[in-house]
Amino acid sequence: MSFITRGFEGRRRSREPSGRIPPGQYATLDFPVLSAGPTPRISREEWRLTLADTTGAERSWSWEEFTALPVTDITVDIHCVTKWTKLDTTWGGVTLEDLLAGVELGEATVVLAHSYDGYTTNVPLADLSGGRAMVAHTYAGEPLEPEHGGPARLLVPHLYFWKSAKWVNRLEMLTHDRPGFWESYGYHNYGDPWREQRYSGD
Amino acid sequence: MRHVDGNAMGGLLWEVFGAEMTHQLGCCAGCGAVNPLATLTVYRDAPGEVARCPACGTVSIVVVRMPHAIRVTIEGVRWLQIHTG
Amino acid sequence: MAGAEIQRRLNWLVAVVVGVVEETPSVRSLTLSCPGWPGHRPGQHIDLRLTAPDGYQAQRSYSIATPSEGELVTITVERIFEGEVSPFLLDVVAPGDRLELRGPIGGYFVWDPGEGPPVFLAGGGSGVVPLMAMLRARISSGDGTPMHLLVSARSRDDIVYREELETLSHHDGVVVTLTLTRSRPEGWTGYDRRVDGAMLRDLVMSPDSGLVSYVCGPTGFTESVAGLLVALGHPPHRVLTERFGPTGG
Ligand SMILES: Cc1cc2nc3c(=O)[nH]c(=O)nc-3n(C[C@H](O)[C@H](O)[C@H](O)COP(=O)(O)OP(=O)(O)OC[C@H]3O[C@@H](n4cnc5c(N)ncnc54)[C@H](O)[C@@H]3O)c2cc1C
Ligand SMILES: [Zn+2]
Repeated sequence: MSFITRGFEGRRRSREPSGRIPPGQYATLDFPVLSAGPTPRISREEWRLTLADTTGAERSWSWEEFTALPVTDITVDIHCVTKWTKLDTTWGGVTLEDLLAGVELGEATVVLAHSYDGYTTNVPLADLSGGRAMVAHTYAGEPLEPEHGGPARLLVPHLYFWKSAKWVNRLEMLTHDRPGFWESYGYHNYGDPWREQRYSGD
Repeated sequence: MRHVDGNAMGGLLWEVFGAEMTHQLGCCAGCGAVNPLATLTVYRDAPGEVARCPACGTVSIVVVRMPHAIRVTIEGVRWLQIHTG
Repeated sequence: MAGAEIQRRLNWLVAVVVGVVEETPSVRSLTLSCPGWPGHRPGQHIDLRLTAPDGYQAQRSYSIATPSEGELVTITVERIFEGEVSPFLLDVVAPGDRLELRGPIGGYFVWDPGEGPPVFLAGGGSGVVPLMAMLRARISSGDGTPMHLLVSARSRDDIVYREELETLSHHDGVVVTLTLTRSRPEGWTGYDRRVDGAMLRDLVMSPDSGLVSYVCGPTGFTESVAGLLVALGHPPHRVLTERFGPTGG
């Protein structure tokens, strides 16, 4: 029953003709901050990243150890399920390949990422390989700000951006899939922007 | 301070429950605090609206609007008390 | 009225802009005529929904500034820099335009005339809007409830409803106090700082009066003032709050 509101355009939305904007998305120049809770402030001294394999065995990195790992820089487009796409974002961090080197993955098929604020998201292990994902600590050449997930966030740019968990502090290897925060509240379990997998059932 | 509160969710809760809800009481499943829904801390710069207990931060209610449905998850509320007049 | 509330459905209605008042350089009131409007209580708000030609929609909440008056609903909007909706409402909307809204919404942050306990209202920036509906209802109904309104604004020119507020303080039992947070004009005798504990201790009745407080405005203002009232001994359930978000003030 809605009618067009005279003179209302809304926030600038450009749909580039190029093939870089997934269906239903628009390009934005800002970097909107999305949050489902208060922003945790984690000092680099207290920060830790823990990896738990399917046997429950853990290994963890301090900030010093983590930042001593090989750094990879990437330039990627990111796609938020709230419909904005930001082109050509530049990140630095440690690829999952480098992080998982030497870790016994056993029967693991899925990683459940946990964050300092209690957030979780599930990603198939296969989607974290081949240099397609990293734990990022640098954005646009600067240390990642708390609003955007700093000290470090998961970055899985080929999936909707809620999969790129901010403030990540634990990667749990699973043999059976388990939905994370938004996946259990109604969003798609996999979240491929190019197939517009927004909601559960899409 | 980007959050608002349960007052801002009044319209959405009305859609879900079919009535004004902000003055109704809810008990937090995390800490047991009892508060009107209007006092929940609400984050809406997100893929859905996330209402948390003002006392302990437990996620009380999450509402996700889909193209032809609304999914509401209220696992963080032990009970809701609806005043019947 | 509470009984009828439960039966009512919350439908989107089409309203027509029938009046525009420029309240300050950055605040404007819009009066909407809304066929099918069921009437409202002071403190309630509407949801406004705007639709662009490509189907894109934006939705925002606005408090109602006036007591119930037939099909008329007046909202007061403050401009948020680079905001999506508020600059549109200030710069583009004109009399005769149609706007889509639903309401009234709210059953907690409301006040009805009826000789209840004394009331303290504290508004920061546009947070004064729902409080103004309460104060106007108090006066137009002839109700005798003692009511004290504290308004915090950046400068004298930013005080919304300033002229009306100056006349209101002549009513019995009504007190209006202003505080300016960023400038002090010559001859100004009111407060010129952010609301703090000392100011509230001066202004607010003691908790044993049964005082009920309504605090509204930007989230930071609201949480700070509500916290100060609780620290002065006012029970949290008698300090009602409504947060407008990170805006203004
Ligand atoms: C229950 C309720 C009642 C309300 N009643 C009123 C009312 O009576 N009058 C009124 O004017 N508003 C009221 N509001 C606020 C209103 O709903 C909008 O949030 C406001 O008009 C801004 O909308 P916008 O689209 O212009 O800005 P948006 O486009 O939504 O916001 C612009 C961006 O700026 C940010 N931002 C906003 N302000 C600041 C700031 N000061 N500093 C830094 N960043 C900022 C926002 O977070 C956002 O990222 C109410 C809100 C609620 C929840
Ligand atoms: Zn709680």
